[in-house]
Amino acid sequence: MTKLRASALASYVMLVILALIYIYPFLLSLAGSFKTDADATNNPLSLLPQTWSFAAYERLFTQVPLPLWAMNSVIIAVIVTLGRVFLDSLAGYALSRLQFRGRNVIFAGLIAVMAVPNVVLLIPRFLMIKELGIYDSYAGMIIPLMVDAAGIFIMKQFFESIPVSIEEAARIDGAGIFRTFWTIVLPMARPALVTLFILSFQGSWNEFAHFIISRQSTDLNTLTTGVASLFSGQLGSGNQFPLKLAAAVLMTLPVAVLFFVFQRKIMSTTEGAEKG
Amino acid sequence: MAKGIRGGEAGRGWLFISPALVIIGLFLVLPILLAVWVSFSDWNGLGSPLSGNTSFVGTKNYEKLLVDPGLSQRDFGTSIRNNFYYVILVVPLQTALALFLAVQVNRRILKARGFFRTAFYFPSVTSSIAITGIFIFLFSASGAINALLGWLGINGPNWLADPRGIFHNFVELFGVHSAPTALAAGGPLGISWWEWLAGPSVAMCMLIVLAIFTTSGTFMLIFLAGLQSIGAEIDEAALMDGTGPFRKFFSITLPMLKPTLFTVITLGLIGTWQLFDQVYLTGGGAPGKTLLTPAYLSYETSFKGLNWGQGAAMAFLLFLLIVALTLLQRYILRDRHKGEKLDKEMQRQIALHASVTKGGTS
Repeated sequence: MTKLRASALASYVMLVILALIYIYPFLLSLAGSFKTDADATNNPLSLLPQTWSFAAYERLFTQVPLPLWAMNSVIIAVIVTLGRVFLDSLAGYALSRLQFRGRNVIFAGLIAVMAVPNVVLLIPRFLMIKELGIYDSYAGMIIPLMVDAAGIFIMKQFFESIPVSIEEAARIDGAGIFRTFWTIVLPMARPALVTLFILSFQGSWNEFAHFIISRQSTDLNTLTTGVASLFSGQLGSGNQFPLKLAAAVLMTLPVAVLFFVFQRKIMSTTEGAEKG
Repeated sequence: MAKGIRGGEAGRGWLFISPALVIIGLFLVLPILLAVWVSFSDWNGLGSPLSGNTSFVGTKNYEKLLVDPGLSQRDFGTSIRNNFYYVILVVPLQTALALFLAVQVNRRILKARGFFRTAFYFPSVTSSIAITGIFIFLFSASGAINALLGWLGINGPNWLADPRGIFHNFVELFGVHSAPTALAAGGPLGISWWEWLAGPSVAMCMLIVLAIFTTSGTFMLIFLAGLQSIGAEIDEAALMDGTGPFRKFFSITLPMLKPTLFTVITLGLIGTWQLFDQVYLTGGGAPGKTLLTPAYLSYETSFKGLNWGQGAAMAFLLFLLIVALTLLQRYILRDRHKGEKLDKEMQRQIALHASVTKGGTS
């Protein structure tokens, strides 16, 4: 009994240490963002600033165009997310429920497309965006991200898991295909839609490489490209860690909030099978 | 009326799927075709690559990378070497750590499982830019990592400014300071064997730790899905035998997790060969080009060097490499991955995580 308890205790201690390793960098960054430059450099491990300084945040909102970056990020993430949720579910529904010629070919094509890695697409996408005359515009930054094959795949799988009888009843009652989809099927698909919403928002909020190749004017900087420009040093002298950390903290907040709100949902991708 | 309730489905089907098809066609399929052309051309970035002043140069761009001695080939070789060491260290370590974490937080008797899962998964949701920025802070010359090393009496390196390969550092301990004559020349892609064997630079070690830190949580979730779909069977098998936890893990759990394990390794291989954001943020390959990766080099060659043909050629070589790894995985998985139900759940997991990691977090 005591042997069991000792080993349980040991594994708890180990897990707590591991968890600390995972959490501490974030706490340090948060603390660092409230330090003075000298304090951040001299006391890199301390979680408490010697004197609380809000200078970093103040500068981010006055001398650095962070609000503009944030606005661009919000605009892009919202449109991309709504577009993805809507277009992915339309496509997923067509692939799972509607009979039409070429459906299997399209699905096979989608699976193939899922395998194309994103970094390989940087140059090709830039070429196309340029050809279409939408380089350095919201259109070029947003439209290429508005559909993703993985999302279509997730929706298709979900639609296949819900019984077809309800839709058939609605159709027999005379509802059109789109109305059936919009008023009956989509509400039933809420769990999958929430998943897709989270993934799309997180993906487009955190997107970096695509915004490097689809724009050049600083007015179109998102939080990711803007903060990256802070790190590549246009700030004058010193390492200015508090400022950079404050920017990192601010850009992490929205996805962190989303994560904690939908935590059960995100983690429960695995709880489903846990019936005991 | 003759059509019944299936009436109009064909038209609607095409209508529903057409926005997705148009976007994927315009921004994925056509761009690839365009880039294939560019990779065989001498386009200099001015005007359209489809206009008259761009000409076909055959396989010249590919030759410059693969066979012609010169700076292009050396840079490409260096980027392959750097990324290779990154892959060979990150993939096994993150897989092992993710599996370890999954087994730990899957235990039923564990209290606060939710807390631990959250803690381990949280780094996966942050943006690559924010987390790389945080790591630059932690690994700065007088940063947290060196302060910790200082407690242990170790004088930490100036991580991001240190181009020395760790294998070179290791043999230096035995008095080997420069290349032995046998290794001084003659390696593939214009790089001497001595350089190939340098190991990851000290700076690269930071990116390796970063990758393990940010992706182990994602893969932990995939392993958890795998563990839970086989959970009951394992417990029964173990109960019958009365096996201890170690034997249970190695002789029952691990073999049953094989499909999941292969999946995680493949996703890891694909993700690690795409290292880009972190390189961009740490100075575009600095120090001493030891952080250069094929993904970043292809971007730099095109967008900064205006050598679009070579940049595109590099992207396709990288693509081929990743496709080869994926096909290898399909081949290995072909016979073992049975059971329709597990299949679907795992496919869903893969799709879920693929769409997250595609953004370049890994």
